[in-house]
Amino acid sequence: MFEFFKNTEVFKTLFGRESSGATARERLRLVLLSDHLALAPDVVDALKAELLEVIARYVDIDPEMAEVTFEQRERELAMLASVPIKSVRKDRPSAPAQRTANGRAHAPLNQPPRRRRRRRRPSPAAPPNGAPSDGTLLAPPGTFESSAQA
Amino acid sequence: MNVEGTDLMHAFEEAPLEAASVEAPAAVALGRAIVITSGKGGVGKTTTTANVGAALAALGKRVVLVDADIGLRNLDIVLGLENRVRYHLLDVIEGNVELDEALIRDKRSANLYLLAAAQAREKEDVDVDEMQRLMEQLRERFEYVLIDCPAGIELGFRNAVAGAQHAIIVCTPEVSAVRDADRVVGLLPNDWSPELIVNRLRPALVRKGKMLSVDDVNAILRLPLLGVIPDEPAVIVATNKGEPPAFDPNSRLGAAYRAIAARITGEETAPAEVPTEREGGGFFSKLGALFGGRS
Repeated sequence: MFEFFKNTEVFKTLFGRESSGATARERLRLVLLSDHLALAPDVVDALKAELLEVIARYVDIDPEMAEVTFEQRERELAMLASVPIKSVRKDRPSAPAQRTANGRAHAPLNQPPRRRRRRRRPSPAAPPNGAPSDGTLLAPPGTFESSAQA
Repeated sequence: MNVEGTDLMHAFEEAPLEAASVEAPAAVALGRAIVITSGKGGVGKTTTTANVGAALAALGKRVVLVDADIGLRNLDIVLGLENRVRYHLLDVIEGNVELDEALIRDKRSANLYLLAAAQAREKEDVDVDEMQRLMEQLRERFEYVLIDCPAGIELGFRNAVAGAQHAIIVCTPEVSAVRDADRVVGLLPNDWSPELIVNRLRPALVRKGKMLSVDDVNAILRLPLLGVIPDEPAVIVATNKGEPPAFDPNSRLGAAYRAIAARITGEETAPAEVPTEREGGGFFSKLGALFGGRS
């Protein structure tokens, strides 16, 4: 009973700070994610920053309130982003033009980004060479089954 | 600068012997590389390495802690430095980065550095010669190189011992730990005289005759005693937070680690003390003593 109480927010607020057990849980969660991603913590930070940067090209976001987290699911890692959108950018149609800096062709204005995503999708699903290991399974098993039936 | 230079030149003419020593400074004294080992896993090698390192740094020594447990990196998280690991020991050995880039400086002490183990690699990726060369490189720059050895007596152990000149054996007052420690001592070079840290001693249990005493342990191992660390909840809390008690000047545990550090440097020569139950220990422990419950 006390164990349960200790884990509640009430305990944290009453005593002004987290128990060291809670600190341990959070530190473990983060270090294991970093291990499983096989990315150094600062690389993960860079990934988050770049992700927000890309989103900010299309919509006006509040980077302060944005949360990008990773979660260990049953068989795979998931990246979860919660990004508050303040407003839709008025200059949105011109945003893809930035990509010409990379030497890529100009995307036609009427071509929604959705098509690009669809074209990419087959590549992650194709490569698994037999045994799925941690983090390489990009889609849950259910998805594979349903796509096989389709 | 110029003036000093001229003075030196004069000195060279007048007293060639003294000047020669100025011209060619004696070879840099190499630091001491100490491997912290136990044979048995889970006796507290990593915690000991972190705390003894922090305590040595608090004494003003330049210290580097090396996590030699390739594939099972842990010293970083015990020290609370897990978010700062970018490169590791194998990166240095394989020449991917310079040593300086892989050394992580502990913010709590200007003298304390960490070289992390590779995580997604295997022990077989390192060989004894490479470890020896790396340890020598570290000894040129640090007064103390503490090597956190993996459990076991196989390749990982041999690599960790390779570059060291000295060993600290960590042993808990348990039959299995003492037996393994005895085996490890037998595997170390003959001319080493390893020293002993008895970890997780519970004085109350020893008094009741329910735990091996430090004397019991050392009747078998017969090693110089560096220190005894009591089994206290504070150790668990410290590891939870990544804050070794040796950094805390008010901690009883920290004092025990600092005493060990002072014995390592030679600043303390008195025999190590065996902790007793906390002063004015609880009512029940006194009651227990009164009835002398021995079983």
